[in-house]
Amino acid sequence: MSDHKPGGVADAGGDGELEAVIGLEIHVQLATRTKMFCGCELSFGEPPNTRTCPVCLGLPGSLPVANARAVHLGLMIGLALGSELAPRSIFHRKNYFYPDLPKGYQITQYDEPLCRGGELGDVRIHRVHLEEDAAKLIHAGASGRIHGSDTSFVDFNRGGTPLAEIVTEPDLRAPEQASEWLKLLRTTLRQLGVSDVNMEEGSLRCDANISLRPRGSETLGVKTELKNMNSFRFIERGIRAEIARQEEILAGGGQVVQETLHFDPASGSITSLRSKEEAHDYRYFPEPDLVPVAIDDGMLAAARADMSELPADRAERLQRELGLSVDSAQVLAFRTELGDYFEAAVAARAEPAPPAQGLANWIAGDLVGRLPEGQDPSDSRVEPRALAALVGLVAERRVSVGAARQVLDRLIEGGGSEPLAIIEAEGLGAMDGGSELAEIVAAAVAANTDAAERVREGNAKAIGPIVGQVMRETKGRADGTEVARLIHEQLGA
Amino acid sequence: MAALARLALGEEEVEPMARELSAVLDHVARISELDLENVPPTSHVVEVTGALRADEPTPCLPREVVLSQAPLANDEGFLVPSPQA
Amino acid sequence: MSTTDILDLSAAAAAAAIGGGSLSATELFEAYRDRAASDRAAGDAGLNCFTWVAADAPSEPVDAPLAGVPVAVKDLFCTEGVPSQAGSRILEGYLPPYTATAVSRLRAGGAPLLAKTNQDEFAMGSSNENSAFGPVRNPWDRERVPGGSSGGSAAAVAAGLAPWALGTDTGGSVRQPAALCGIVGLKPTYGAVSRYGMIAFASSLDQAGPLTRDVTDAALMLRHMVGRDPCDATSLAFPGEIELPTAERLDGIRLGVPQELTGEGIERGVLDAFAAAIEQAKELGAEVSDVHLPHAPHALSAYYVLAPAECSSNLARYDGVRYGMRATDAHDLLDMYMRTRHDGFGAEVKRRIMLGTYALSSGYYEAYYGRAQRVRTRISEDFRTAFEQIDFVVTPTAPSVAFRLGEKTADPLAMYLNDYCTVPMSLAGIPAISIPCGHSEGLPVGLQIAGPAFSENRLLDAARALERSIAFDARPARV
Ligand SMILES: [Zn+2]
Repeated sequence: MSDHKPGGVADAGGDGELEAVIGLEIHVQLATRTKMFCGCELSFGEPPNTRTCPVCLGLPGSLPVANARAVHLGLMIGLALGSELAPRSIFHRKNYFYPDLPKGYQITQYDEPLCRGGELGDVRIHRVHLEEDAAKLIHAGASGRIHGSDTSFVDFNRGGTPLAEIVTEPDLRAPEQASEWLKLLRTTLRQLGVSDVNMEEGSLRCDANISLRPRGSETLGVKTELKNMNSFRFIERGIRAEIARQEEILAGGGQVVQETLHFDPASGSITSLRSKEEAHDYRYFPEPDLVPVAIDDGMLAAARADMSELPADRAERLQRELGLSVDSAQVLAFRTELGDYFEAAVAARAEPAPPAQGLANWIAGDLVGRLPEGQDPSDSRVEPRALAALVGLVAERRVSVGAARQVLDRLIEGGGSEPLAIIEAEGLGAMDGGSELAEIVAAAVAANTDAAERVREGNAKAIGPIVGQVMRETKGRADGTEVARLIHEQLGA
Repeated sequence: MAALARLALGEEEVEPMARELSAVLDHVARISELDLENVPPTSHVVEVTGALRADEPTPCLPREVVLSQAPLANDEGFLVPSPQA
Repeated sequence: MSTTDILDLSAAAAAAAIGGGSLSATELFEAYRDRAASDRAAGDAGLNCFTWVAADAPSEPVDAPLAGVPVAVKDLFCTEGVPSQAGSRILEGYLPPYTATAVSRLRAGGAPLLAKTNQDEFAMGSSNENSAFGPVRNPWDRERVPGGSSGGSAAAVAAGLAPWALGTDTGGSVRQPAALCGIVGLKPTYGAVSRYGMIAFASSLDQAGPLTRDVTDAALMLRHMVGRDPCDATSLAFPGEIELPTAERLDGIRLGVPQELTGEGIERGVLDAFAAAIEQAKELGAEVSDVHLPHAPHALSAYYVLAPAECSSNLARYDGVRYGMRATDAHDLLDMYMRTRHDGFGAEVKRRIMLGTYALSSGYYEAYYGRAQRVRTRISEDFRTAFEQIDFVVTPTAPSVAFRLGEKTADPLAMYLNDYCTVPMSLAGIPAISIPCGHSEGLPVGLQIAGPAFSENRLLDAARALERSIAFDARPARV
């Protein structure tokens, strides 16, 4: 793989006359209890083939019946994305043979999907439809060969798991834009509560359609489909590699072939997934075993009632109601766990009450920075109420910022849950501007004659060594502003 | 077509099959004479909608029952020749 | 009660006799079980009606309306732990882990399983010659076919090897064999009986129905089958209950005779018997008029697109992975699929899979499947218009009496024409009943009566009045 810088051709500027056009197809496992068309409970690592029934095994005579909750969750997704919800949608059969497809067809939605249109951020949504997942085919290798062929093992536990497939318009232009947007989608879906959206466990899977075209052109080039990239990093790398591959083909005067590709993150290579003998003709036709899904007012009302606030709405509210800066509001809104922690801290009515912006800064900065990567702060030992109280004390200058950080360290270690108690026990309370601090300042000035001289001459930056000594002496309890004021006062500067 | 249907046909089957199919296709092609413009297609004769299932678990089949019908299986699942890479 | 007396009882009469204490359920079960078992044992020397026969009568006394009158069930109904092969090699030895709703409802109603009956493979056929178990013979003439695809069920009831039987009808598979065997066959409104556990041929057309000695038995069996099933999204609650028919007259009933289904292509003898039945109806007070079903002549074409298309998809699950047979010498996955399906399916099934695959393939979908669906709409409209003027459509059930074994096997199109009169009702999803209405060449002729969706009660009443008046003698078929 050639080493392209982020953005690939999209960022190539003047000489890069090609631009990438990227659309995503995202499969979201819906958070139901049972499968899409039968009453088997969803499987989370149960022993193979223990979560099956006549329907999801495709036994002769069995019939599918659609899961009402899957439809409900599909409607919530449609509402969240601003899609048009079809009053009547139908299921189709997509016919092909594979050992993980027990009926010889997948039940999916085709030309009459549940939701059409919509947008999220600056990406338009093409459609959202419901379908069933395939089972799991595990290559068992050459160990148990069947008549000279390698053996594979089929586990039908996952077969029939309900999925929503979200298809975007080809509105993305760069690999990292794709992964950023996908993160936004994941946050939105998580907030909705429609899915676990866990890429590692496969409850969020992403395919990308990629083509190149001359910048400024409106027509689309030949696209390839890059399958099943299972992490944000791989999505970015995969798309980047495919853009590079297509660039190379076009640069050499060749033609991109429409095909399905697989990105191998280990080698960085891209390989074609379908061999020629599997030229597909899916022979879609309306699934005669199912009746149309009709959406009535009751179902719509139920979906609306179940919608929690979406990130964009939350960010707007945090700015409007609590006066947070745009950046802070977005960080808290799009990192749901931070937003939830923040709102819990606000709601804790701590004494003294912290300013909202200060609280937001402390959470997104000091607290997150001290926790292991990815840890939800509500899983830490720091109670939202305790952090709120600590920020309140800082605001009232009853503790310095430096000392407050030490208090936060104690809280994280579990060395107490009351900031005020920790401050008192460790003597971290802010020193008032009284004689004790003035004496320490005087000693520091005396010990740093060079610096003192330069401050006197008007070099404000030279104050550093003196402040440093005061802070060491006071173990950070002194308020920095007060220390600076005293130094200047004593030096007459 | 036979490959699409995953149906091997013996050499002796091909010719009669082609002949019979074309006779049947000639017959069914008569519907092309009809004027069907603006006629909606019927997928379901009786118009039912909804018929959704509550998201409530029902018992699964015991694995040994499931696997007892398999042409080839081990204790945990079905075995098939691996698809070609 | 002597065995002969027992075998003379209709199912309803047998249930009454058990209820009245003059007959025991076990005695009845064993009388039929013995007859069914000897037919099974005789193989081709018998009628070859059965693919499996129960060993023992139910040990518990049956406390339900059907009182233990046992039922023979077409092989394609899944019966837990009992072989269910749909007449196909590809399901050799298959033992389903569950029972079809229609069968379990009948059992709950008091009708235990007597036997599984022979059929055309996956219900594809009109002569019961397409079975992995060999052909069924017609009890009226062993050298003739019983009709299909529910041929085993029809022949068993006609021959007195079962009190009554359950079949399925996709394009005529209950009505046509009932006609050819001289018994009653009813195809209910699509959706009236759950399809759950019925091994599918063409999902939008398949419907379970009774094959019985008389119309009352058909009503009684249907009563214990109908109703919404949460396992079948296309099933519907039957409005009201199925009543046992009591009508003796047809006063005020308007019968419509569609010229499209009573002219060309129907045997002379069949038309004569049909005409005689129409005269009987008039004597009973019916008003008979002509009616038009202008698209009915195209029904067969539409049917032979739609049914194969659905079948090509429904039969994709027979891949040798989870159940049934698998070709043993395959050298890779593709080869396993191709050979398993080559070895497992019979010629007619292969033909329809190919036809259906073609009709659905890209580039041909709209010309075949799409158009056929539109013809279907037209046919429904034709019936709707007709039923504004008349109560029932009447036609011969089949264009001919039972034909000779092997007579039509070489010509699929000729075989398909057997469904000419029954397919329009299937496409429209409306109920239709066949009752024996006379003879031609010493063989039974069937009369088909069809009504609007969910008109079963009125339909059964009309059929019962005609049946009484016609007084068809079915005894020559008893073996
Ligand atoms: Zn299941």
